[in-house]
Amino acid sequence: MSASAALVWTAVLAIAVGTWAFRASFVFLFGYLDEVPPRVDRVLRFIPAAVITAIIAPRLLLVDGSLAVGPGNERLLAGAVAVVVAWYTENIFATIAVGMVVLWLFVFLL
Amino acid sequence: MDSSTEARRADALEGFRDGLPVLFGTVPYALVMGVAAASAGLTPSEAAGLSAFVFAGLSQLAAVDLIDQGASLAVVVATALIINARFTMYSASIAPHLERLGRGWRYLCPFFLIGPVYAVALAAYEADRPAHYGWYMLGLGVPSWVAWVVGTVVGMVLGAGIPDEWQLGFAVPLVFVAIVTQFIDDFGTVAAALVAGGASIGVVGLPFGLGLVVASVVGIVAGVVVEWGGNGIGSGEESGNGGGDGGEP
Repeated sequence: MSASAALVWTAVLAIAVGTWAFRASFVFLFGYLDEVPPRVDRVLRFIPAAVITAIIAPRLLLVDGSLAVGPGNERLLAGAVAVVVAWYTENIFATIAVGMVVLWLFVFLL
Repeated sequence: MDSSTEARRADALEGFRDGLPVLFGTVPYALVMGVAAASAGLTPSEAAGLSAFVFAGLSQLAAVDLIDQGASLAVVVATALIINARFTMYSASIAPHLERLGRGWRYLCPFFLIGPVYAVALAAYEADRPAHYGWYMLGLGVPSWVAWVVGTVVGMVLGAGIPDEWQLGFAVPLVFVAIVTQFIDDFGTVAAALVAGGASIGVVGLPFGLGLVVASVVGIVAGVVVEWGGNGIGSGEESGNGGGDGGEP
């Protein structure tokens, strides 16, 4: 689906302003609040783990909208190999390269 | 050329050198960003604008994914900003170092705070290495920013020439896989990830991309509960079917 230009540009500007505000927040707050309150900090640190996994899981586990856990799901297998590579190398490029090659092996050779 | 120009150049050059390893991570990530933008139907100028103004890959990929699904403006913006709320943590630790700079610098420097730039800059500032913190940040941040924007457009063009059967879009979840491991380091974050992953399968039918927001909130709550509870039992029930294997791809 191709979204309207108005929606895309409004989203771009709103996200840009909000993101910059987060990054600059403590430059403004300095003197009033010198650190993130511990309670807020505890919630913040769970956000990336939760959001990213919620994005990944459907892309690996669903095939045509239904749950597919097994050897027939090549994306899940390639993703599982990528998880191992990511865990040990912490390298984005290596993770992409190995994950794509494994996927291509299944798609083109098997 | 006077000596202060010389000093600025030296600081910017030092930042540039320290930032070179950052580029190795930024370039492939940017190419994937371009592929994702193309498959969501964004125009090259929209994709370049997104990368140039936002400069935060994770939130950009999520936003593009939601736009592709036909999510509402509110959901797209809210999701991206929830993801970027973590930048307040970077801001809190780097702001004291920026206090010595003038107002313009203090507003400009935070723009460049992507994860690796933040890490490199903080290390240099804590060692009090650069003479001028602002010029150092420009030397460090601007090349990454340029690589990010140019890489997005290049990825868009390259991606368009490669047949669908190569499934280039699969690189997007692979980037997420590579990044998520950096954020999972204890029981609380493991619970947040597993429960959010399981929940995301359970809520896949929700319209407007709301499923991602719901699954994320459920996962965050699970993380908080596990951390407060200490023993971490009971939070898994939140995700219902799907559960444990849902989050562990």
